Amino acid sequence: MGNNRLAIDRIKEAFGEKSILETREFRGEITVVVTRDKILDVAGLLRRDPVLDYDFLSDICGVDWPGRAERFEVVYHLYSLKHNSRLRVKVKLREDDPRLPSVTEVWPTANWHEREAFDMFGIEFTGHPDLRRILNPDDFKGFPYRKDFPIR
Amino acid sequence: MAVSERMILNIGPQHPSTHGVLRLVVELEGETIAKITPDIGFLHRAIEKLCETKTYSQCIPLTDRLDYLAPLSNNLGFVLAVEKLLGVEIPRRAQYLRVIMAELTRISSHLIWLGTHAMDIGAITVFLYTFREREATYDLFDLAHGARMNVSYMRVGGLARDVPDEFLKRLRTFLDEFSDKIDEYETLLTRNRIWLNRTRGVGVLSAQDAIALGVSGPNLRASGVGWDIRKTSPYSAYDEFSFNIALGKNGDVYDRYLVRLTEMRESTKIIKQALEVLPEGPIAVDDPKIVFPPKELLPRDMESLIHHFKLVAEGFCPPEGECYVSIEAPKGELGFYIVSDGGPRPYRVKVRAPSFVNLQALPKMAEGRLIADLVAIIGSIDIVLGEIDR
Repeated sequence: MGNNRLAIDRIKEAFGEKSILETREFRGEITVVVTRDKILDVAGLLRRDPVLDYDFLSDICGVDWPGRAERFEVVYHLYSLKHNSRLRVKVKLREDDPRLPSVTEVWPTANWHEREAFDMFGIEFTGHPDLRRILNPDDFKGFPYRKDFPIR
Repeated sequence: MAVSERMILNIGPQHPSTHGVLRLVVELEGETIAKITPDIGFLHRAIEKLCETKTYSQCIPLTDRLDYLAPLSNNLGFVLAVEKLLGVEIPRRAQYLRVIMAELTRISSHLIWLGTHAMDIGAITVFLYTFREREATYDLFDLAHGARMNVSYMRVGGLARDVPDEFLKRLRTFLDEFSDKIDEYETLLTRNRIWLNRTRGVGVLSAQDAIALGVSGPNLRASGVGWDIRKTSPYSAYDEFSFNIALGKNGDVYDRYLVRLTEMRESTKIIKQALEVLPEGPIAVDDPKIVFPPKELLPRDMESLIHHFKLVAEGFCPPEGECYVSIEAPKGELGFYIVSDGGPRPYRVKVRAPSFVNLQALPKMAEGRLIADLVAIIGSIDIVLGEIDR
Protein backbone atom coordinates (compact mmCIF):
# COMPACT_ATOMS: atom_id res chain seq x y z
CA MET A 1 0.00 0.00 0.00
CA GLY A 2 3.03 2.30 -0.10
CA ASN A 3 2.26 3.30 -3.63
CA ASN A 4 -0.09 6.06 -2.71
CA ARG A 5 2.69 8.06 -1.05
CA LEU A 6 4.74 7.49 -4.17
CA ALA A 7 1.89 9.00 -6.14
CA ILE A 8 2.32 12.29 -4.31
CA ASP A 9 6.00 12.41 -5.23
CA ARG A 10 5.34 11.53 -8.85
CA ILE A 11 2.67 14.19 -9.19
CA LYS A 12 4.99 16.84 -7.77
CA GLU A 13 7.81 15.65 -10.04
CA ALA A 14 5.69 15.87 -13.14
CA PHE A 15 3.64 18.99 -12.45
CA GLY A 16 5.50 20.96 -9.82
CA GLU A 17 5.17 21.51 -6.09
CA LYS A 18 2.20 23.82 -6.54
CA SER A 19 0.08 21.17 -8.27
CA ILE A 20 -0.74 19.59 -4.92
CA LEU A 21 -2.62 21.92 -2.60
CA GLU A 22 -2.72 19.63 0.39
CA THR A 23 -2.34 16.05 1.44
CA ARG A 24 -3.87 14.26 4.36
CA GLU A 25 -3.52 10.84 5.90
CA PHE A 26 -6.28 9.50 8.12
CA ARG A 27 -6.86 5.90 9.22
CA GLY A 28 -4.32 4.73 6.66
CA GLU A 29 -6.02 6.47 3.73
CA ILE A 30 -4.21 9.12 1.74
CA THR A 31 -6.01 12.10 0.23
CA VAL A 32 -4.48 14.47 -2.30
CA VAL A 33 -6.05 17.79 -3.24
CA VAL A 34 -5.13 19.11 -6.68
CA THR A 35 -6.11 22.19 -8.61
CA ARG A 36 -8.87 22.10 -11.16
CA ASP A 37 -6.65 22.96 -14.09
CA LYS A 38 -4.30 20.09 -13.28
CA ILE A 39 -6.87 17.34 -12.67
CA LEU A 40 -6.85 15.98 -16.20
CA ASP A 41 -3.05 15.80 -16.30
CA VAL A 42 -2.88 14.24 -12.85
CA ALA A 43 -5.54 11.72 -13.81
CA GLY A 44 -3.56 10.75 -16.89
CA LEU A 45 -0.39 10.33 -14.84
CA LEU A 46 -2.08 8.24 -12.17
CA ARG A 47 -3.61 6.04 -14.81
CA ARG A 48 -0.68 5.58 -17.17
CA ASP A 49 2.43 5.63 -15.01
CA PRO A 50 3.33 1.93 -14.68
CA VAL A 51 4.57 2.36 -11.12
CA LEU A 52 1.28 3.91 -10.04
CA ASP A 53 -1.14 2.20 -12.45
CA TYR A 54 -4.44 3.39 -10.92
CA ASP A 55 -6.51 1.62 -13.54
CA PHE A 56 -9.71 1.28 -11.54
CA LEU A 57 -11.84 4.30 -10.70
CA SER A 58 -14.09 3.17 -7.90
CA ASP A 59 -16.15 6.30 -7.45
CA ILE A 60 -16.59 10.00 -8.07
CA CYS A 61 -18.84 12.01 -5.85
CA GLY A 62 -19.57 15.54 -4.76
CA VAL A 63 -19.61 17.00 -1.26
CA ASP A 64 -21.23 20.32 -0.40
CA TRP A 65 -19.61 22.62 2.17
CA PRO A 66 -21.81 25.71 2.03
CA GLY A 67 -19.77 27.69 4.56
CA ARG A 68 -16.57 27.53 2.55
CA ALA A 69 -15.28 29.80 -0.19
CA GLU A 70 -14.68 26.69 -2.24
CA ARG A 71 -18.08 25.20 -1.69
CA PHE A 72 -17.92 21.98 -3.64
CA GLU A 73 -15.51 19.09 -3.41
CA VAL A 74 -15.27 16.54 -6.18
CA VAL A 75 -13.85 13.35 -4.70
CA TYR A 76 -12.24 10.61 -6.81
CA HIS A 77 -11.55 7.19 -5.33
CA LEU A 78 -8.88 5.31 -7.24
CA TYR A 79 -7.60 1.76 -7.00
CA SER A 80 -4.67 -0.01 -8.59
CA LEU A 81 -5.44 -3.66 -9.28
CA LYS A 82 -1.82 -4.56 -9.79
CA HIS A 83 -0.42 -2.82 -6.72
CA ASN A 84 -3.52 -3.22 -4.49
CA SER A 85 -3.28 0.42 -3.58
CA ARG A 86 -5.98 3.05 -3.02
CA LEU A 87 -5.81 6.81 -3.36
CA ARG A 88 -8.31 9.62 -2.87
CA VAL A 89 -8.00 12.71 -5.07
CA LYS A 90 -10.01 15.86 -4.53
CA VAL A 91 -10.69 19.05 -6.43
CA LYS A 92 -12.33 22.01 -4.72
CA LEU A 93 -14.62 24.31 -6.66
CA ARG A 94 -16.05 27.73 -5.99
CA GLU A 95 -19.80 28.19 -5.93
CA ASP A 96 -19.85 30.71 -8.76
CA ASP A 97 -17.86 28.46 -11.09
CA PRO A 98 -18.52 24.77 -10.34
CA ARG A 99 -16.89 23.37 -13.46
CA LEU A 100 -13.98 21.07 -14.09
CA PRO A 101 -12.81 18.73 -16.87
CA SER A 102 -14.38 15.32 -17.21
CA VAL A 103 -12.09 12.32 -16.78
CA THR A 104 -14.15 9.99 -18.97
CA GLU A 105 -11.27 9.84 -21.46
CA VAL A 106 -9.04 8.42 -18.74
CA TRP A 107 -11.56 6.17 -16.98
CA PRO A 108 -14.72 5.46 -19.04
CA THR A 109 -16.52 4.42 -15.87
CA ALA A 110 -16.50 8.10 -14.83
CA ASN A 111 -19.39 8.72 -17.21
CA TRP A 112 -22.27 7.83 -14.90
CA HIS A 113 -20.54 9.00 -11.72
CA GLU A 114 -20.06 12.47 -13.21
CA ARG A 115 -23.65 12.54 -14.39
CA GLU A 116 -24.76 11.79 -10.84
CA ALA A 117 -22.57 14.56 -9.40
CA PHE A 118 -24.05 16.92 -11.96
CA ASP A 119 -27.59 15.77 -11.20
CA MET A 120 -27.23 16.10 -7.44
CA PHE A 121 -24.87 19.05 -7.01
CA GLY A 122 -24.90 20.95 -10.28
CA ILE A 123 -21.20 20.36 -10.86
CA GLU A 124 -20.41 20.68 -14.55
CA PHE A 125 -17.91 18.34 -16.15
CA THR A 126 -16.62 19.94 -19.33
CA GLY A 127 -15.98 17.56 -22.17
CA HIS A 128 -18.37 14.94 -20.82
CA PRO A 129 -19.95 13.05 -23.76
CA ASP A 130 -23.49 13.06 -22.34
CA LEU A 131 -23.90 15.33 -19.32
CA ARG A 132 -27.51 15.10 -18.26
CA ARG A 133 -29.42 14.07 -15.18
CA ILE A 134 -29.31 10.42 -14.34
CA LEU A 135 -31.41 9.67 -11.27
CA ASN A 136 -33.83 12.57 -11.11
CA PRO A 137 -36.40 13.20 -13.88
CA ASP A 138 -35.10 15.15 -16.87
CA ASP A 139 -37.21 18.19 -16.09
CA PHE A 140 -36.31 18.33 -12.39
CA LYS A 141 -35.36 21.71 -11.03
CA GLY A 142 -32.64 22.15 -8.48
CA PHE A 143 -29.79 20.06 -7.13
CA PRO A 144 -31.10 17.83 -4.35
CA TYR A 145 -27.93 16.83 -2.49
CA ARG A 146 -26.89 20.42 -1.90
CA LYS A 147 -27.31 21.32 1.73
CA ASP A 148 -29.71 24.16 0.94
CA PHE A 149 -32.12 21.83 -0.83
CA PRO A 150 -34.82 20.92 1.70
CA ILE A 151 -35.22 17.33 2.72
CA ARG A 152 -38.99 17.57 2.30
CA MET B 1 -29.14 0.79 -42.94
CA ALA B 2 -30.11 4.44 -42.71
CA VAL B 3 -30.69 5.80 -39.24
CA SER B 4 -34.28 6.63 -40.08
CA GLU B 5 -34.99 2.92 -40.52
CA ARG B 6 -34.15 2.21 -36.92
CA MET B 7 -36.97 1.33 -34.61
CA ILE B 8 -36.93 2.69 -31.12
CA LEU B 9 -38.24 0.22 -28.61
CA ASN B 10 -38.97 1.19 -25.06
CA ILE B 11 -38.51 -1.56 -22.50
CA GLY B 12 -39.77 -0.85 -19.03
CA PRO B 13 -39.82 0.61 -16.47
CA GLN B 14 -42.49 -1.92 -15.80
CA HIS B 15 -41.30 -5.15 -17.32
CA PRO B 16 -40.90 -8.61 -15.85
CA SER B 17 -37.41 -9.18 -17.18
CA THR B 18 -35.69 -5.98 -16.24
CA HIS B 19 -35.31 -7.01 -12.61
CA GLY B 20 -36.80 -3.93 -11.15
CA VAL B 21 -37.86 -0.54 -12.40
CA LEU B 22 -35.36 -0.16 -15.17
CA ARG B 23 -36.12 1.52 -18.44
CA LEU B 24 -34.16 0.70 -21.55
CA VAL B 25 -34.41 2.68 -24.74
CA VAL B 26 -33.32 0.34 -27.47
CA GLU B 27 -32.66 1.38 -31.05
CA LEU B 28 -33.12 -1.61 -33.29
CA GLU B 29 -32.07 -2.33 -36.81
CA GLY B 30 -34.21 -5.34 -37.53
CA GLU B 31 -33.44 -7.66 -34.64
CA THR B 32 -30.03 -6.22 -33.93
CA ILE B 33 -29.47 -3.76 -31.14
CA ALA B 34 -27.81 -0.70 -32.59
CA LYS B 35 -27.87 1.39 -29.44
CA ILE B 36 -29.13 0.85 -25.94
CA THR B 37 -29.55 3.54 -23.32
CA PRO B 38 -30.53 2.65 -19.76
CA ASP B 39 -32.75 5.17 -18.00
CA ILE B 40 -32.61 4.81 -14.26
CA GLY B 41 -33.83 6.70 -11.22
CA PHE B 42 -37.31 5.26 -10.81
CA LEU B 43 -36.44 3.91 -7.39
CA HIS B 44 -34.43 6.90 -6.23
CA ARG B 45 -35.24 7.60 -2.60
CA ALA B 46 -32.37 10.00 -1.73
CA ILE B 47 -31.05 7.57 0.86
CA GLU B 48 -27.71 9.34 0.92
CA LYS B 49 -29.34 12.64 1.82
CA LEU B 50 -31.59 10.93 4.38
CA CYS B 51 -28.51 9.57 6.12
CA GLU B 52 -27.41 13.15 6.79
CA THR B 53 -30.48 13.64 8.96
CA LYS B 54 -30.03 10.51 11.04
CA THR B 55 -27.51 9.30 13.57
CA TYR B 56 -25.07 6.65 12.39
CA SER B 57 -27.05 3.88 14.06
CA GLN B 58 -30.27 5.13 12.56
CA CYS B 59 -28.73 4.88 9.10
CA ILE B 60 -28.35 1.12 9.36
CA PRO B 61 -31.98 0.27 8.46
CA LEU B 62 -31.61 2.62 5.48
CA THR B 63 -28.69 0.58 4.22
CA ASP B 64 -30.84 -2.58 4.24
CA ARG B 65 -32.92 -1.03 1.51
CA LEU B 66 -30.04 -0.42 -0.89
CA ASP B 67 -29.38 -3.86 -2.31
CA TYR B 68 -32.51 -5.26 -0.75
CA LEU B 69 -31.66 -8.77 -1.89
CA ALA B 70 -28.49 -8.80 0.21
CA PRO B 71 -29.33 -6.52 3.13
CA LEU B 72 -26.74 -7.83 5.56
CA SER B 73 -23.98 -7.05 3.08
CA ASN B 74 -24.99 -3.42 2.99
CA ASN B 75 -25.20 -3.35 6.79
CA LEU B 76 -21.70 -4.75 6.99
CA GLY B 77 -20.19 -2.27 4.57
CA PHE B 78 -21.69 0.67 6.38
CA VAL B 79 -20.74 -0.36 9.90
CA LEU B 80 -17.21 -1.22 8.79
CA ALA B 81 -16.83 2.31 7.41
CA VAL B 82 -18.11 3.89 10.63
CA GLU B 83 -15.92 1.60 12.72
CA LYS B 84 -12.91 2.68 10.68
CA LEU B 85 -13.78 6.31 11.36
CA LEU B 86 -14.05 5.55 15.05
CA GLY B 87 -10.95 3.38 15.04
CA VAL B 88 -12.52 0.52 17.01
CA GLU B 89 -11.72 -3.16 16.86
CA ILE B 90 -14.47 -5.70 16.87
CA PRO B 91 -14.44 -8.81 19.10
CA ARG B 92 -13.68 -12.10 17.35
CA ARG B 93 -17.03 -13.73 17.84
CA ALA B 94 -18.73 -10.77 16.19
CA GLN B 95 -16.29 -10.89 13.28
CA TYR B 96 -16.93 -14.59 12.69
CA LEU B 97 -20.67 -14.16 12.91
CA ARG B 98 -20.41 -11.28 10.46
CA VAL B 99 -18.60 -13.54 8.01
CA ILE B 100 -21.28 -16.20 8.46
CA MET B 101 -24.03 -13.68 7.85
CA ALA B 102 -22.28 -12.09 4.89
CA GLU B 103 -21.70 -15.43 3.18
CA LEU B 104 -25.22 -16.61 3.90
CA THR B 105 -26.38 -13.37 2.31
CA ARG B 106 -24.18 -14.04 -0.71
CA ILE B 107 -25.78 -17.47 -1.10
CA SER B 108 -29.22 -15.95 -0.72
CA SER B 109 -28.50 -13.23 -3.28
CA HIS B 110 -27.04 -15.66 -5.82
CA LEU B 111 -30.03 -17.95 -5.36
CA ILE B 112 -32.47 -15.26 -6.33
CA TRP B 113 -30.20 -14.23 -9.18
CA LEU B 114 -30.10 -17.78 -10.51
CA GLY B 115 -33.83 -18.29 -10.18
CA THR B 116 -34.84 -15.08 -11.91
CA HIS B 117 -32.09 -15.22 -14.54
CA ALA B 118 -32.99 -18.78 -15.55
CA MET B 119 -36.68 -17.95 -15.49
CA ASP B 120 -36.15 -14.98 -17.80
CA ILE B 121 -34.42 -17.20 -20.33
CA GLY B 122 -37.21 -19.73 -20.06
CA ALA B 123 -36.00 -22.30 -17.54
CA ILE B 124 -38.87 -21.68 -15.17
CA THR B 125 -38.36 -24.73 -12.97
CA VAL B 126 -35.06 -23.45 -11.62
CA PHE B 127 -36.89 -20.53 -10.03
CA LEU B 128 -39.01 -22.84 -7.91
CA TYR B 129 -35.98 -24.78 -6.73
CA THR B 130 -33.80 -21.80 -5.81
CA PHE B 131 -36.62 -20.05 -4.00
CA ARG B 132 -37.13 -23.14 -1.89
CA GLU B 133 -33.56 -22.70 -0.61
CA ARG B 134 -33.97 -18.97 -0.34
CA GLU B 135 -36.91 -19.51 2.00
CA ALA B 136 -34.60 -21.58 4.16
CA THR B 137 -32.11 -18.68 4.34
CA TYR B 138 -34.93 -16.29 5.17
CA ASP B 139 -35.99 -18.57 8.02
CA LEU B 140 -32.41 -18.55 9.29
CA PHE B 141 -32.23 -14.75 9.27
CA ASP B 142 -35.59 -14.64 11.00
CA LEU B 143 -34.27 -16.96 13.69
CA ALA B 144 -31.12 -14.93 14.19
CA HIS B 145 -32.64 -11.53 14.51
CA GLY B 146 -36.34 -11.51 13.89
CA ALA B 147 -36.55 -10.24 10.35
CA ARG B 148 -36.61 -12.30 7.17
CA MET B 149 -35.27 -9.82 4.74
CA ASN B 150 -34.37 -6.31 5.87
CA VAL B 151 -32.56 -7.58 8.86
CA SER B 152 -30.42 -4.66 10.16
CA TYR B 153 -28.48 -7.16 12.23
CA MET B 154 -25.14 -5.39 12.26
CA ARG B 155 -24.43 -2.56 14.64
CA VAL B 156 -21.54 -0.15 14.86
CA GLY B 157 -19.24 -1.99 17.21
CA GLY B 158 -20.52 -5.51 16.58
CA LEU B 159 -23.89 -7.11 16.25
CA ALA B 160 -27.33 -6.35 17.59
CA ARG B 161 -27.49 -9.57 19.58
CA ASP B 162 -26.01 -13.02 19.73
CA VAL B 163 -27.47 -15.86 17.67
CA PRO B 164 -29.54 -18.53 19.41
CA ASP B 165 -28.15 -22.09 19.44
CA GLU B 166 -31.09 -23.15 17.32
CA PHE B 167 -29.74 -20.91 14.56
CA LEU B 168 -26.35 -22.63 14.51
CA LYS B 169 -28.02 -26.03 14.47
CA ARG B 170 -30.37 -25.17 11.61
CA LEU B 171 -27.53 -23.49 9.71
CA ARG B 172 -25.49 -26.68 9.85
CA THR B 173 -28.42 -28.69 8.53
CA PHE B 174 -28.95 -26.19 5.73
CA LEU B 175 -25.29 -26.33 4.72
CA ASP B 176 -25.19 -30.13 4.81
CA GLU B 177 -27.98 -30.28 2.27
CA PHE B 178 -27.02 -27.26 0.23
CA SER B 179 -24.20 -28.70 -1.89
CA ASP B 180 -26.59 -31.32 -3.18
CA LYS B 181 -29.05 -28.61 -4.03
CA ILE B 182 -26.45 -26.76 -6.10
CA ASP B 183 -25.80 -30.06 -7.90
CA GLU B 184 -29.52 -30.20 -8.60
CA TYR B 185 -29.47 -26.77 -10.24
CA GLU B 186 -26.47 -27.82 -12.29
CA THR B 187 -28.23 -30.89 -13.64
CA LEU B 188 -30.93 -28.58 -14.95
CA LEU B 189 -28.67 -26.02 -16.59
CA THR B 190 -24.94 -26.52 -16.89
CA ARG B 191 -24.96 -29.03 -19.74
CA ASN B 192 -28.41 -28.21 -21.02
CA ARG B 193 -28.18 -27.63 -24.76
CA ILE B 194 -30.73 -24.84 -24.78
CA TRP B 195 -29.03 -23.07 -21.88
CA LEU B 196 -25.66 -23.35 -23.59
CA ASN B 197 -27.03 -21.97 -26.84
CA ARG B 198 -28.57 -19.01 -25.10
CA THR B 199 -25.63 -18.15 -22.90
CA ARG B 200 -22.36 -19.18 -24.52
CA GLY B 201 -20.70 -16.37 -26.41
CA VAL B 202 -23.49 -13.99 -25.46
CA GLY B 203 -22.83 -10.63 -23.86
CA VAL B 204 -19.06 -10.89 -23.92
CA LEU B 205 -17.16 -8.32 -21.86
CA SER B 206 -13.39 -8.30 -22.18
CA ALA B 207 -11.21 -7.91 -19.12
CA GLN B 208 -9.89 -4.61 -20.40
CA ASP B 209 -13.37 -3.18 -20.97
CA ALA B 210 -14.54 -4.46 -17.62
CA ILE B 211 -11.76 -2.67 -15.75
CA ALA B 212 -12.18 0.52 -17.77
CA LEU B 213 -15.90 0.51 -17.05
CA GLY B 214 -15.41 -0.10 -13.33
CA VAL B 215 -17.11 -3.49 -13.35
CA SER B 216 -16.49 -5.53 -10.24
CA GLY B 217 -17.58 -8.73 -8.54
CA PRO B 218 -18.62 -11.90 -10.36
CA ASN B 219 -18.92 -9.99 -13.65
CA LEU B 220 -15.29 -8.94 -13.50
CA ARG B 221 -14.14 -12.37 -12.41
CA ALA B 222 -16.06 -14.00 -15.24
CA SER B 223 -14.01 -11.85 -17.61
CA GLY B 224 -10.86 -13.35 -16.15
CA VAL B 225 -9.75 -10.69 -13.64
CA GLY B 226 -9.19 -12.31 -10.28
CA TRP B 227 -10.02 -9.40 -7.96
CA ASP B 228 -11.92 -10.26 -4.81
CA ILE B 229 -11.84 -7.73 -1.97
CA ARG B 230 -12.15 -10.54 0.57
CA LYS B 231 -8.68 -11.58 -0.55
CA THR B 232 -6.97 -8.30 -1.39
CA SER B 233 -8.18 -6.27 1.60
CA PRO B 234 -9.58 -8.82 4.02
CA TYR B 235 -12.09 -7.49 6.49
CA SER B 236 -13.84 -9.16 9.42
CA ALA B 237 -11.48 -12.11 9.71
CA TYR B 238 -11.81 -13.24 6.06
CA ASP B 239 -8.07 -13.82 6.00
CA GLU B 240 -8.55 -16.72 8.41
CA PHE B 241 -10.60 -18.76 6.00
CA SER B 242 -9.48 -20.71 3.00
CA PHE B 243 -11.55 -20.37 -0.15
CA ASN B 244 -11.02 -20.12 -3.89
CA ILE B 245 -11.89 -17.29 -6.22
CA ALA B 246 -14.07 -18.37 -9.11
CA LEU B 247 -12.66 -17.20 -12.42
CA GLY B 248 -14.10 -17.27 -15.91
CA LYS B 249 -12.34 -17.15 -19.25
CA ASN B 250 -14.64 -15.71 -21.86
CA GLY B 251 -16.63 -13.11 -20.01
CA ASP B 252 -19.92 -14.28 -21.44
CA VAL B 253 -23.26 -14.96 -19.79
CA TYR B 254 -22.37 -18.63 -19.32
CA ASP B 255 -19.16 -17.78 -17.48
CA ARG B 256 -21.02 -15.42 -15.18
CA TYR B 257 -23.39 -18.26 -14.41
CA LEU B 258 -20.54 -20.65 -13.61
CA VAL B 259 -18.73 -18.09 -11.49
CA ARG B 260 -21.75 -17.44 -9.29
CA LEU B 261 -22.47 -21.13 -8.89
CA THR B 262 -18.90 -21.68 -7.76
CA GLU B 263 -19.20 -18.75 -5.38
CA MET B 264 -22.17 -20.40 -3.73
CA ARG B 265 -20.09 -23.51 -3.17
CA GLU B 266 -17.19 -21.47 -1.82
CA SER B 267 -19.50 -19.55 0.50
CA THR B 268 -20.75 -22.84 1.91
CA LYS B 269 -17.13 -23.80 2.58
CA ILE B 270 -16.43 -20.52 4.35
CA ILE B 271 -19.47 -20.76 6.61
CA LYS B 272 -18.59 -24.33 7.55
CA GLN B 273 -15.07 -23.25 8.50
CA ALA B 274 -16.42 -20.37 10.55
CA LEU B 275 -18.84 -22.65 12.38
CA GLU B 276 -16.03 -25.09 13.24
CA VAL B 277 -14.01 -22.49 15.10
CA LEU B 278 -16.66 -19.99 16.15
CA PRO B 279 -15.11 -18.33 19.20
CA GLU B 280 -17.01 -17.61 22.37
CA GLY B 281 -17.16 -14.11 23.71
CA PRO B 282 -18.90 -10.76 23.40
CA ILE B 283 -20.64 -9.78 20.20
CA ALA B 284 -19.92 -6.10 20.49
CA VAL B 285 -17.05 -3.90 21.52
CA ASP B 286 -17.03 -3.05 25.21
CA ASP B 287 -17.37 0.69 24.84
CA PRO B 288 -20.53 2.19 26.32
CA LYS B 289 -19.95 5.36 24.33
CA ILE B 290 -20.66 3.44 21.12
CA VAL B 291 -22.56 0.31 22.04
CA PHE B 292 -25.55 0.00 24.34
CA PRO B 293 -24.63 -1.38 27.78
CA PRO B 294 -26.32 -4.70 28.63
CA LYS B 295 -29.98 -4.18 29.38
CA GLU B 296 -29.84 -5.93 32.74
CA LEU B 297 -27.55 -3.21 34.06
CA LEU B 298 -29.89 -0.34 33.30
CA PRO B 299 -32.18 -0.56 36.37
CA ARG B 300 -29.20 -0.91 38.72
CA ASP B 301 -26.30 1.10 37.36
CA MET B 302 -26.62 4.85 36.94
CA GLU B 303 -23.69 5.15 34.59
CA SER B 304 -25.10 2.55 32.21
CA LEU B 305 -28.39 4.36 32.20
CA ILE B 306 -26.71 7.63 31.32
CA HIS B 307 -24.72 6.03 28.51
CA HIS B 308 -27.83 4.39 27.14
CA PHE B 309 -29.70 7.67 27.28
CA LYS B 310 -26.93 9.56 25.52
CA LEU B 311 -26.71 6.96 22.77
CA VAL B 312 -30.42 7.04 22.12
CA ALA B 313 -30.93 10.77 22.46
CA GLU B 314 -27.80 11.97 20.74
CA GLY B 315 -25.73 9.13 19.36
CA PHE B 316 -21.97 8.78 19.28
CA CYS B 317 -19.72 11.26 17.51
CA PRO B 318 -16.86 9.93 15.42
CA PRO B 319 -13.86 12.24 14.99
CA GLU B 320 -13.80 14.67 12.11
CA GLY B 321 -12.51 13.00 8.99
CA GLU B 322 -13.49 10.74 6.13
CA CYS B 323 -13.26 7.08 5.28
CA TYR B 324 -13.87 4.90 2.28
CA VAL B 325 -14.41 1.24 2.99
CA SER B 326 -15.43 -1.26 0.38
CA ILE B 327 -16.42 -4.89 0.71
CA GLU B 328 -16.98 -7.75 -1.69
CA ALA B 329 -20.76 -7.68 -1.81
CA PRO B 330 -22.56 -10.33 -3.88
CA LYS B 331 -22.78 -7.88 -6.77
CA GLY B 332 -19.29 -6.45 -6.62
CA GLU B 333 -17.40 -3.67 -4.87
CA LEU B 334 -19.80 -2.05 -2.45
CA GLY B 335 -18.16 1.04 -1.03
CA PHE B 336 -19.21 3.52 1.63
CA TYR B 337 -17.57 6.94 1.65
CA ILE B 338 -18.48 8.62 4.92
CA VAL B 339 -17.53 12.19 5.80
CA SER B 340 -17.77 13.11 9.45
CA ASP B 341 -17.83 16.66 10.79
CA GLY B 342 -17.42 15.45 14.36
CA GLY B 343 -21.16 15.44 15.02
CA PRO B 344 -23.58 12.61 15.76
CA ARG B 345 -24.88 12.51 12.19
CA PRO B 346 -22.80 11.81 9.09
CA TYR B 347 -22.05 14.90 7.00
CA ARG B 348 -22.09 12.95 3.75
CA VAL B 349 -22.60 9.32 2.90
CA LYS B 350 -21.85 8.20 -0.63
CA VAL B 351 -22.74 4.65 -1.53
CA ARG B 352 -20.60 3.18 -4.27
CA ALA B 353 -23.16 0.74 -5.56
CA PRO B 354 -21.76 -2.09 -7.68
CA SER B 355 -24.91 -2.50 -9.75
CA PHE B 356 -24.87 1.20 -10.69
CA VAL B 357 -21.42 0.82 -12.18
CA ASN B 358 -21.98 -2.66 -13.63
CA LEU B 359 -25.07 -1.51 -15.50
CA GLN B 360 -22.95 1.03 -17.30
CA ALA B 361 -21.33 -1.90 -19.10
CA LEU B 362 -24.64 -3.00 -20.61
CA PRO B 363 -24.25 -1.13 -23.91
CA LYS B 364 -20.80 -2.65 -24.36
CA MET B 365 -22.22 -6.14 -23.89
CA ALA B 366 -25.47 -5.76 -25.79
CA GLU B 367 -24.84 -3.50 -28.76
CA GLY B 368 -24.44 -5.50 -31.94
CA ARG B 369 -26.31 -8.45 -30.54
CA LEU B 370 -29.86 -9.62 -31.08
CA ILE B 371 -32.74 -8.28 -29.02
CA ALA B 372 -33.43 -11.83 -27.89
CA ASP B 373 -30.08 -11.87 -26.12
CA LEU B 374 -30.84 -8.73 -24.18
CA VAL B 375 -32.77 -10.46 -21.45
CA ALA B 376 -30.01 -13.00 -20.90
CA ILE B 377 -27.41 -10.24 -20.72
CA ILE B 378 -29.31 -8.08 -18.24
CA GLY B 379 -29.95 -11.08 -16.05
CA SER B 380 -26.31 -12.04 -16.09
CA ILE B 381 -25.16 -8.67 -14.77
CA ASP B 382 -27.27 -9.22 -11.62
CA ILE B 383 -28.57 -5.76 -10.94
CA VAL B 384 -30.71 -4.50 -8.12
CA LEU B 385 -32.43 -1.21 -8.74
CA GLY B 386 -32.42 -0.47 -5.02
CA GLU B 387 -28.72 0.11 -5.05
CA ILE B 388 -28.57 1.58 -8.55
CA ASP B 389 -31.02 4.32 -7.72
CA ARG B 390 -30.53 4.56 -3.97
